[in-house]
Amino acid sequence: MLAGWAFTLTAQDIPFIKADQLTAWKNSESDTVFVLNFWATWCAPCVAELPEFERLTQAYADQKVKVILVNADFRSDVYTKLRSFLERKQLQSQVVYIDERTPNKWIDLVSPEWSGAIPATLVVRKSHDFEQFFEKRLHYDDLEKAVKAALEKS
Amino acid sequence: MKKVLSLLTLAIALVAWSFTTADHSGYHIGDTARDFNLKNVDGKSYSLAGIENAKGYIVIFTCNHCPFAIKYQDRIIELHNKYASLGYPVVAINPNDKDRQPEDSFGKMQERAKEKGFPFLYLYDETQEVAKAFGATRTPHVFLLDNKRTVRYIGAIDDNHDDATAVEEKYLENAIDALRAGKDIDLKETKALGCTIKWRATE
Repeated sequence: MLAGWAFTLTAQDIPFIKADQLTAWKNSESDTVFVLNFWATWCAPCVAELPEFERLTQAYADQKVKVILVNADFRSDVYTKLRSFLERKQLQSQVVYIDERTPNKWIDLVSPEWSGAIPATLVVRKSHDFEQFFEKRLHYDDLEKAVKAALEKS
Repeated sequence: MKKVLSLLTLAIALVAWSFTTADHSGYHIGDTARDFNLKNVDGKSYSLAGIENAKGYIVIFTCNHCPFAIKYQDRIIELHNKYASLGYPVVAINPNDKDRQPEDSFGKMQERAKEKGFPFLYLYDETQEVAKAFGATRTPHVFLLDNKRTVRYIGAIDDNHDDATAVEEKYLENAIDALRAGKDIDLKETKALGCTIKWRATE
């Protein structure tokens, strides 16, 4: 299961994931807090909140917190717009591309609370039955609060 | 006095509740949608009741700027061309706050409607009250109503926003066809990716 996300990001090599990878993170018993953020390069509120996730990645680098930026750009933009965006931004957080064509079949897997609007973020730590979902632009304080709650849950 | 106070507390609690659950309030399948009166790109105001010969309404919250909405523009035109004459016109509503997204101002709506030759109503929900009443959260977001304005289908237009040529399931058309045939709609609710509605800043 860990192998699924043990990739390194280069702008030339954007990992593609399927819906089952989302389920794997969500159901991971690895004691890790997964922060799954759904975004697109043309989504202004998504891009605006990226620095908050980058800050989280840096602040929790030595803890079991894994930020994954799940990109949902159009398929034809992946090797053009998305690639140049990533080259420009040099993000520290893991970026993956959701290579699924039928959102109706995977939106509920992330959270039944999600209507499908982006940005959206799931903070999940399965081993401690922690799950919190947000369908809005997040600020660092709210994000960190959720991550702390996930880490502190016994 | 005590009674008034407890009623007041209840009222406050209800208001607080309605705010915290804003994302999930709005219409569910089987609810009756309240009619509205909104300004169309032609400058006139329209209500559902004012649409002649309608057997139902394909209400779509959509907008100018959102790339998901743009992907669906031509498909929405085709939907209207196919179903309006059968009594199911598209009623498109832009709920976005123009200050947060200037591309979605009324003037820009008029430009887009002209440019694309929208054959359907493209209404401006300036107060965002209609979007709130429906419980719309994103663009595009579809609500199929029957002739009594009962909500019969909520969700996506089809199963592939990215590529119209690769669509496998036309959720909305299937729902309309079932409704027209007097059959039960198989898939009453679906989900799709969309842009968040740009609500007016409250702070």
